[in-house]
Amino acid sequence: MAGSQDDRSLTRRELLVSTATALSAATLLPADADQAALGTQPTEPVIPADPTKVPGPPTSAASARSPFVQMARTPTGATAGSSLAPIHLMNGTVTPSDLHFERHHAGVAMIDPARYKLMVHGLVDKPLVFTLDELKSFPSVTRVYFLECSGNGRAAYSAPKPELTPQLIDGLLGNAEWTGVPVRTVLREVGVRSDAAWALAEGGDAALLSRSVPLEKLMEDSLFVYAMNGEPLRPAAGYPVRLLNPGWEGNTCVKWLRRLELISQPNMSRDETSKYTDPLPNDTARQFSFVMDAKSTITYPTYPVQLARRGWVEIRGLAWSGRGRITSVDVSTDGGRTWTAAKLQEPVLDKALVRFTHSFQWNGQRTTIVSRAVDATGYVQPTLAEYRQVRGSGTNYHYNHLRAWTVEADGRVVYEVAP
Amino acid sequence: MSRAIAVLTLGASLVLACNSGGSGSADSSSARRGSVSPAPSEPASYALGRPPEPQEIAAWDLDVNPDGVGLPSGRATAIEGAAVYAAKCAICHGAKGEGVAPNPPIVGREPREGFGFGRDPALVKTVGNYWPYATTVYDYVRRAMPQDKPGSLTPNELYGVTAWILAENGIIARDIVIDSLSLPKIKMPARDRFVRDDRLTTPSFK
Repeated sequence: MAGSQDDRSLTRRELLVSTATALSAATLLPADADQAALGTQPTEPVIPADPTKVPGPPTSAASARSPFVQMARTPTGATAGSSLAPIHLMNGTVTPSDLHFERHHAGVAMIDPARYKLMVHGLVDKPLVFTLDELKSFPSVTRVYFLECSGNGRAAYSAPKPELTPQLIDGLLGNAEWTGVPVRTVLREVGVRSDAAWALAEGGDAALLSRSVPLEKLMEDSLFVYAMNGEPLRPAAGYPVRLLNPGWEGNTCVKWLRRLELISQPNMSRDETSKYTDPLPNDTARQFSFVMDAKSTITYPTYPVQLARRGWVEIRGLAWSGRGRITSVDVSTDGGRTWTAAKLQEPVLDKALVRFTHSFQWNGQRTTIVSRAVDATGYVQPTLAEYRQVRGSGTNYHYNHLRAWTVEADGRVVYEVAP
Repeated sequence: MSRAIAVLTLGASLVLACNSGGSGSADSSSARRGSVSPAPSEPASYALGRPPEPQEIAAWDLDVNPDGVGLPSGRATAIEGAAVYAAKCAICHGAKGEGVAPNPPIVGREPREGFGFGRDPALVKTVGNYWPYATTVYDYVRRAMPQDKPGSLTPNELYGVTAWILAENGIIARDIVIDSLSLPKIKMPARDRFVRDDRLTTPSFK
């Protein structure tokens, strides 16, 4: 019986099955052990009444979540679209790779690593083409950074309503351990000419997505990334290689990167002119607004949670800043009248998500809870009123105002549309 | 089955390795043996990669800059581009560029006065009222359009579609010839509305 299980787990079909099927297969009892329990729906996971009295499933090629855990992104099905990560269901700071947010402009490019190449050319002494293997042969670095779409937060600013989850507001956010080669290491090989000031990064997807990135950033800390959380990038994250500009808007972190052209002036591509620019109330639009400002959000308790009892509640949340380290997160449990410094979970990393916690005693009365991030540059996350005054009600992208949540007297928690 | 045995064998050897680990830990506090050198300094080159062939660069280096660099030869008017637009673009963007949900309009000049997008969330951005460079239209359409067949339009078709979009927005006349010389000279209505990021000049919110 064990032999037949092993055979089954090693077939090609088994290696190719969907996550859902793999989950079912992994949690099934051996096929002929308890056929009656499987009934007419063999894909239903079998949970024994007493797991201490029945051996569980054997080892498997890849593990799946418990069938009792429901975590999912919000795919819309659009070719050019995004799906938001369930950040309110997550703990710690590392985003599971299969739940990391997605944003594609022409679907997920599927690329054969054997045919992959990265061309670095333009204002350089010696243009070069690299294979994936060659990129991986450069000295590697591994770093933890957050990655965020600059459109994150749009739902709360443009269409606020009480029934908003942190996922729907700030789910275009992830935090991962990235491995790759510093861009400056590769630029050293090609020899950047003195008249180069920018580089056009271009993806190999069906949109040939392109962004101009200042050379200064590329020389500072940008990476050509090929691994995420210990495994090769997933296709939705840019397999086999993406650009990662730590702390900068996600759109500049071009996925499926195929070309880096050193140039003297920005290309003025669609995504740096008609998109990813920020209209301001003085009838201008801010362009090349790369850095993600300091931000924080409570992830628990939030909609749709209903507090079951009065007493101690641990407020939990995430804070991050593209300008540098988060130095403190203030939490208010009285609608912003008084504030307390939350506990930051170590280690607090530069340009990475930080988990904060703050316990308070809920006395059963209606109150509003809110968090406020401060970073190493002294930048303080603005209130909604400050944000609206400075950026305007019609602005786009970089929505980093405070997010507030109201605990109703019956324990229901809702997004506070008028803090 | 043979792979299964290999996996089982590997598993058994791992167990042995784990069990034998105890003896190794006994002298973990002993002296650091052997000489330890500093890491080697970075070489002048890692000798990776190869020079691209000229045709490799030509096949990929298709970006068009605001000064017109990158525009190929070819030419068309909006009148000529109308047929291309109707056949390949209108299904998603509407017969007059008015948009077909969820695709927003690409034609529209409101507001005629000012640039109130920051003040008024109801204003809809189009090529005519928001895009700062005409060359971006060509560059983007060549890259990404039509969405179901990107990269399929010829230079003349691209010039024609670009001309049609600009003419429909009231920026050029329908009989103007658009080519690598005339396209970069077109000044878009929103050209001077864009400012560089000034947020990092202060730790205060901007």
